[in-house]
Amino acid sequence: MNDSIVKVNDVSYIYSSNISEGREVKALSEINAEFKRGQFIVVIGRNGSGKSTFARLLNALLLPVEGTVIVNGIDTRDEEKVWEIRRSVGMVFQNPDNQIVGTIVEEDVAFGPENLGLPTEEIIKRVADALQAVGISEYSKYAPHLLSGGQKQRVAIAGILAMKPECIVLDEATSMLDPIGRKEVMNVLKKLNKEEGITVIHITHHMDEASMADRVIIVDEGKIVLDGPPKKVFSNVEKVKGLGLDVPQVTELFNELKKEGFQLPDGVLSVDEAVDILADIIVRNP
Amino acid sequence: MLKDITLGQYFPGESVIHKADPRVKIILTFLLMIAIFIIDTYMGFLIMALFTALIVIVSDVPVKYTLKGLKPVLFIAVFAAVINIFFVREGTPLFDYGFIHITYEGLDRTVKTTIRLTLLIVVASILTLTTTPILLTDGIEKLMKPLSIVGVPAHEIAMMMTIALRFIPTLLEETDKIMKAQAARGADFDTGNIVQRAKSFIPVLVPLFVSAFRRADELATAMEARCYRGGEGRTRMRQLTLTVSDLYLCVAAALVIGFIVYLQYFI
Repeated sequence: MNDSIVKVNDVSYIYSSNISEGREVKALSEINAEFKRGQFIVVIGRNGSGKSTFARLLNALLLPVEGTVIVNGIDTRDEEKVWEIRRSVGMVFQNPDNQIVGTIVEEDVAFGPENLGLPTEEIIKRVADALQAVGISEYSKYAPHLLSGGQKQRVAIAGILAMKPECIVLDEATSMLDPIGRKEVMNVLKKLNKEEGITVIHITHHMDEASMADRVIIVDEGKIVLDGPPKKVFSNVEKVKGLGLDVPQVTELFNELKKEGFQLPDGVLSVDEAVDILADIIVRNP
Repeated sequence: MLKDITLGQYFPGESVIHKADPRVKIILTFLLMIAIFIIDTYMGFLIMALFTALIVIVSDVPVKYTLKGLKPVLFIAVFAAVINIFFVREGTPLFDYGFIHITYEGLDRTVKTTIRLTLLIVVASILTLTTTPILLTDGIEKLMKPLSIVGVPAHEIAMMMTIALRFIPTLLEETDKIMKAQAARGADFDTGNIVQRAKSFIPVLVPLFVSAFRRADELATAMEARCYRGGEGRTRMRQLTLTVSDLYLCVAAALVIGFIVYLQYFI
């Protein structure tokens, strides 16, 4: 088996407007990307940069106008295999309320496996496992509207997990959550990525969530502008800011210090790392 | 204020009636309702009333709850009484004064109509009081399954009911939010006559509908992303299984209904 889960070749996507005839919006133009199995990938971009369109191309909710998207060796335009693609690339959406189908938590988690036509015992087992994996087993009999935003998104993730996907795409899944909810969701994602080896493609505009990724992709006006490990991407402070995006706070602080003539490394992302470096400098230059 | 509503009127419990298969309960409720319409003798009504009372006792639901549904019926009963008492002219007169003619037959019909309505409501509320909306939906889906041969979209109807149940609390919360938002902008929901008050709800309904459509769109996308493709090839996590107590329930109902039919047609 080859080690790339999704391969995007020269993909363009154009929205044609129904209202004004002939007006077309090019959401993505000639995108090329390849995602390795087991990686944690973060995609960042402004509103309207095409990042949601990109997400929807990955599980055949949208089909590329030009180019091809290959998931697990299957072309997403292959109508026969669209369900296999959607099973292996699960998707979590922005609004937690609008993606929960069941009237109780475990019933919602069972929705995916039920659609796959699995036998009852297998569904029950998968639902229990999935709820366990996202840490909400004790809420299995709750009505979804009684849960917090973070818990609802974890239910949505469990619903995807129960289909045993190889890849989870999160389309701004943390943007409607409070900081605690975001943390809950990010911890679950990290755990799934490390322990179960599930590829995570997380679309967000929170920079601090990008710093923990294996790879960061910045999308702007339908094109990939920067692509690489977070340290490398965020060392281009000026370029990132020029795109109307923020860099993590510590990275910006280090950038400003460097402008003042301090000798500091590039691409410092976490507060802990920054504290170590600064402490070291202070000790050496009393 | 809109938050603390309960869905349906399910009263949690562990009784035999609660645990009975929803399909059995739905079918028996229908049969009992038909029986109630067939009955025309006081003897029959007595048996039926005793059986209904027995079910209420076994179900362990407080009598107060089972009688709750009767309030709106009271009006209909009074209305039926007035019609029957004053407009049934034929028969043995009991009381005759001016334009008021009360006949034995009129009175008889009034009493029977009232008993009939009361029994109907109580039997129907026992079904909804002892069955969760989810199980009720499941039961309806399973019962309608054979009808899909003649083109009844059984699965789709059940799915729509499930989604409706799921979104009632969400939309109520949203209504509450929109009302507060409009009130903050100076909307007034509490004064004026009925027409004015109804009109003041338009600024609430418009955003609510817009958001409901948006939610529907997003939910449909999410369902598709989770491999939903209609009822075909779909399995269920929750299986309905018939148990011995379902059999007892069926036998008891069959005996009562049989006896009633016997009384009605063969005596």
